[in-house]
Amino acid sequence: MSDPVLTTDAGQVAAGPPPAPGRFRRLSDRGLAVAFISPALLLLLAMSVFPLLWALYLSFTDYSATRGGRAYFVGFGNYTAILTSAQVHQRALTTLIYVVGAVTLQTVLGFTIAYLISRRTHGRGLLTTLFLVPMMLSPVVVGLFWRFMLDAQFGVINSMLGSLGLGQVEWLTRQRTALISLIVVDTWQWTPFIMLIALAGLTAVPKYLYEAASIDRASEWFRFRTITLPLVWPLLLIAVLFRAIEAFRLFDLVYILTNGGPGVSTETLSFHVYKVAFLGFNTGTASAYGILMVLVVIVLSQIYLRYLNRLKEG
Amino acid sequence: MAVSVDEAVATGPTPDRALPARRRGGRGRSVLEVAALTVLAVVMLFPVLWMIETSIKENRDVYAVPAEFFGFTVTMDHFKDVFIGPDGGRSDLSVAFLNSVLVAGASTALATLLGVPAAWAYSRFAVKAKKDQLFFILSTRFMPPVVVVIPIFLMYRQVGLIDTKLGLILIYAAYNLPFTIWMMKGFVDEVPSEYEDAAMLDGYTRLQAFRRYTLPLLVPGIAATAVFALIFSWNEFVFAIFLTSSDSVRTAPPAIAGLIGGTTVDWGLVAAASVVFALPVLLFAYLVRKHLIAGVTLGAVRR
Repeated sequence: MSDPVLTTDAGQVAAGPPPAPGRFRRLSDRGLAVAFISPALLLLLAMSVFPLLWALYLSFTDYSATRGGRAYFVGFGNYTAILTSAQVHQRALTTLIYVVGAVTLQTVLGFTIAYLISRRTHGRGLLTTLFLVPMMLSPVVVGLFWRFMLDAQFGVINSMLGSLGLGQVEWLTRQRTALISLIVVDTWQWTPFIMLIALAGLTAVPKYLYEAASIDRASEWFRFRTITLPLVWPLLLIAVLFRAIEAFRLFDLVYILTNGGPGVSTETLSFHVYKVAFLGFNTGTASAYGILMVLVVIVLSQIYLRYLNRLKEG
Repeated sequence: MAVSVDEAVATGPTPDRALPARRRGGRGRSVLEVAALTVLAVVMLFPVLWMIETSIKENRDVYAVPAEFFGFTVTMDHFKDVFIGPDGGRSDLSVAFLNSVLVAGASTALATLLGVPAAWAYSRFAVKAKKDQLFFILSTRFMPPVVVVIPIFLMYRQVGLIDTKLGLILIYAAYNLPFTIWMMKGFVDEVPSEYEDAAMLDGYTRLQAFRRYTLPLLVPGIAATAVFALIFSWNEFVFAIFLTSSDSVRTAPPAIAGLIGGTTVDWGLVAAASVVFALPVLLFAYLVRKHLIAGVTLGAVRR
């Protein structure tokens, strides 16, 4: 406040004579904080916490949304049923393959693109903007369009494979290729995300470090390994964590692209919850399932936020 | 750690470390890098181009085997079908587009109205357990939507919000609120609180000081945050498909997805609808390109 610049700044914006000193200033600070924060918190309580508590309650019952009627308490029955189900283990494995596969691919690709762009002097802005397009599209649009392109008969992918003299692939109707297709499409949509974050990290590396290294005649690889990577790594890790959380929750792309099939080969945990809840109408079981998934997400997001805090402090 | 999106997306020449690197690495390497970048760009953009191309092809060209890349007849029929129904009236898709505009717009307005004051309060005042509150707020955004939708579905059925636009507006506002608060808190933190102190010395109340000095400075930030909320609500699919069922309420994502329900799929129409649906998002994304990193990480990572 003693800074004269600030006071004149504020003074210039002020229009007209200042009003009389507020009588409730002390009181209003507290009141304002409550008045400004509570509506937001109330909406979140009503739309997130209350439903979640309801789900928690239902997870201990045998309630079914179609049957209606009374919900009978079954203790941890739903939870033990889920945790010991071979079906669920299978879905967990599918989810793991998908999350690890997709996130690894997008990290490698995204970082590569970011690195290549950061070495260009011209057209960086244009390139970055172009690469970001897939990320902005709705999963519905992305899913539909890849479904069209991957079509076994008239899809453009098979058409191109054909003109290269390669065989046709039934992308979405064979068990193994369907999961690969899912990973490819997710990678296509979210590589830009990793690229964006990595690019931000790369452009933030101080130039003098490279100058010092080139005076020491350090090799390109040495500079990359000892300067670039360690400095970009923390930010990249955050991007990876964030993507892992998102991929774990993924539902819409599976729904549009493969609908879990063929068989159950692309049925992730998210998709299985939907089937239990909306096709099987075992609301109690689905709720227990959901609570378990939320626990996983909470653990992941805790790690995410911890890294964030460390990054902000460092 | 300084992370500037402005630099990452900056246009024009940036004399950077690329210069000495190229001098040392030589020509061949640089050519190789440009080639790799070109290939990657083509691969990333091809699906989008193919979607645009399909939307202006006649049906027989859409299903041509092998696929036709050039030399097809251009037609705008699919775009006409997106907006005009077979009976000459408004099509279901155009109704869905209008619903999307309404739902995305209203939920964004609500999230902004609730989120901006809350962000200001979190930034300026010593709120009890501030860190925990902020973590709680962000964590609601990480919930798997398909899990949350089960109790929301039951709750909405109970209170009569199922299959209503109001129901979608409320859930989208709640969905966007964590993001709005986190991103806006970053913007508020950047405005020195001394401005408000100075105004209060001049006799303004805290609220007047906020309105007259801080709020005007926040306008660009509010605009960027609102655009992100708009994009999220515009693209959202899970809540939309489970909480609505009638054509008069449904938003565009489930309506477009509904085009593939039958035995034969009119891919030209799907492509045209997708293009129309994607255009506003791309425009908005271009408008907020400087804030992209903050936006896509829920405002948690800024500059």
